[in-house]
Amino acid sequence: MNLFIETGYWFLRIVSTIRVALRALRRNKMRSVLTALGIIIGVAAVIAVIGIAQGAKNQVEAQIASLGRNVILVFSGSITRSGVHSGHGGAGTLTIPDAEAIRLEIKDVIAVSPEVRRSFQVAAGNQNWLTYVVGGSATYFQIRQWEFESGASYTEQDVRGATKVCVLGKTVAEQLFGDDDPIGKIIRISNVPFTVLGVLTAKGLSVMGTDQDDVIIAPYTSALKRLVGGTTLRSMLVQTDSAEDLGTVREQITDLLRQRHRITPGKDDDFTVRTQEEIAQMATATSSVLSMLFVAIGSISLVVGGIGIMNIMLVSVTERTREIGIRMAVGARPRDILLQFLIEAVTLSSFGGLIGIGLGIGLCKLIPVLPKYFPDVPQMATLISTPYIILSFAFSAAIGIFFGFYPARRAARLDPIEALRYE
Amino acid sequence: MSAVIQLDQIQKTYHTGEVDVLAVRGVTLTVESGEFVAIMGASGSGKSTLMNILGCLDRATGGHYYLDGADVSEFDRNELADIRNQKIGFVFQNFNLLSRTSALENVELPMLYTHRRHSSVRVRERALRALETVGLAERAGHHPSQLSGGQQQRVAIARALVSEPSLLLADEPTGNLDSRTSVEVMGLLQRLNDQGITIVMVTHEHDIAAFTKRNVIMRDGQIVRDEPVAKRLQAEVELRRLRAADQAVKLTT
Repeated sequence: MNLFIETGYWFLRIVSTIRVALRALRRNKMRSVLTALGIIIGVAAVIAVIGIAQGAKNQVEAQIASLGRNVILVFSGSITRSGVHSGHGGAGTLTIPDAEAIRLEIKDVIAVSPEVRRSFQVAAGNQNWLTYVVGGSATYFQIRQWEFESGASYTEQDVRGATKVCVLGKTVAEQLFGDDDPIGKIIRISNVPFTVLGVLTAKGLSVMGTDQDDVIIAPYTSALKRLVGGTTLRSMLVQTDSAEDLGTVREQITDLLRQRHRITPGKDDDFTVRTQEEIAQMATATSSVLSMLFVAIGSISLVVGGIGIMNIMLVSVTERTREIGIRMAVGARPRDILLQFLIEAVTLSSFGGLIGIGLGIGLCKLIPVLPKYFPDVPQMATLISTPYIILSFAFSAAIGIFFGFYPARRAARLDPIEALRYE
Repeated sequence: MSAVIQLDQIQKTYHTGEVDVLAVRGVTLTVESGEFVAIMGASGSGKSTLMNILGCLDRATGGHYYLDGADVSEFDRNELADIRNQKIGFVFQNFNLLSRTSALENVELPMLYTHRRHSSVRVRERALRALETVGLAERAGHHPSQLSGGQQQRVAIARALVSEPSLLLADEPTGNLDSRTSVEVMGLLQRLNDQGITIVMVTHEHDIAAFTKRNVIMRDGQIVRDEPVAKRLQAEVELRRLRAADQAVKLTT
């Protein structure tokens, strides 16, 4: 009970001190705003940069998710060890029997799709278009979780028989057929006629700015036999039962492929296995390094802003020496004076923080619409994240405490008589 | 009567550079409850230093100071602040009001630091009552710059009274005021003393000291004379006399 009264009493005291602080700040409006400017810019910069970084990360994540659910990618060629390598898919070391072996021999694998890919000129009627043709199995759409807008996938039979059928991405469908329904129509891929079985729903731009709907998917057998030629695969998609299996399946794939490719221990893999998660990490690594850099710059601005607050608080303590003397003369304890100036500094910095947050949110809203008015500005998505807003507000308040402490302590240590005599 | 102030061989030495300055050299003084004392002396006599010690704004370097029986010479900064807040009302020569703050808020100031808890309504009530006592209730919303010197000093007195101290200390309270206003302020102090408040003030003007009950004269940091006021002036009488004189001036011009 006593503690309760004590707490209530301190609460009232702090509230009245805040009121005094606000009045003091209002008295020097221009000065307060200029002082808070460092904090305003710092907080706004941090929030805008984090907004951009979060937006980019969000897009990358959505992108990675569009790879499919619980997916492991196996690429031809190795990029994991020392020496010169030709990069993903360059060496063409994976074969269709490899894919079959993975599907049959590894327990938790529920689907495997070989993947071949090459760009071709395609035509329908008097329209033509340059696009990517991807060869995959009948389970390819299930693995990648791609939905059909109309029509349906090709079947196992189509794959086995290397039938000349295909599924169009939204962009390709629009380019070749406009508003017409493409289902059942014939398109010529590099002059080979293919029948359109289905159209995928639109997925929009990827993080890198490529159009994810600018694609044609055909049975990999058809793609290999009639378009690409050869028997090696660029890559494979392997889907597991659950996310927990990804790690073990990844190892099993490596072991199986090393065995099949007769790679003796100590030699490098001639393939690369990546889980979705690893790909996501690689994609976000650069953007997080960049945003760390910007947050660092923002933090420097916050520190400079804090020094500005310290400077102005020192000026304020000097200016108000007599006021401090008067307050002490009527019974203010040193702690009361300390609290008053500390609260003033914190009020100043949190006020800067609040304006900075407003400005930062404004920037986050503005950045995505900028390309509409300034075509040179790249398209960037932003995401306003509440935890970071709370964090930056808390940080600006903390700056007030940190940089306000020295001037406040100086005020509290004044001698009442000296202070009263100060002109 | 009980002693409000008991000074026992109070000394104050200032260490300025190589020479030690003895501002107060062993002052022993007792002030009983209900007294009205004027400490007098030329500048440099140590009366202001003594006043600051009495007001717990400064600490003696030697001797003992008992305020209401408690030895405050041993108190730390916080305890001295509490004593200033609860037991002493201090009035300054230059008023020392917070500018850009209303008279009422100036009077409320000590209650901001009090350790007894008051609701804001009660704080306001008490501040208004204190302003009424000095006859300035209708000026509560005015800022010091909108008040005359005499009014400002009355606000300062109201501020000194608001926490109902047993002792009112005034350092040259009329020093910045004209003679007429000075008499008015002395009248106010006389009235407060009649109500039972102990008052100790510093002045170097004999006609102001004549309004008090006891004069203590200091020279070179020591008390050289301590006597009751033989011919005490009554502020009301003096004011009437001044008004009559004004009237006479008006009639002649």
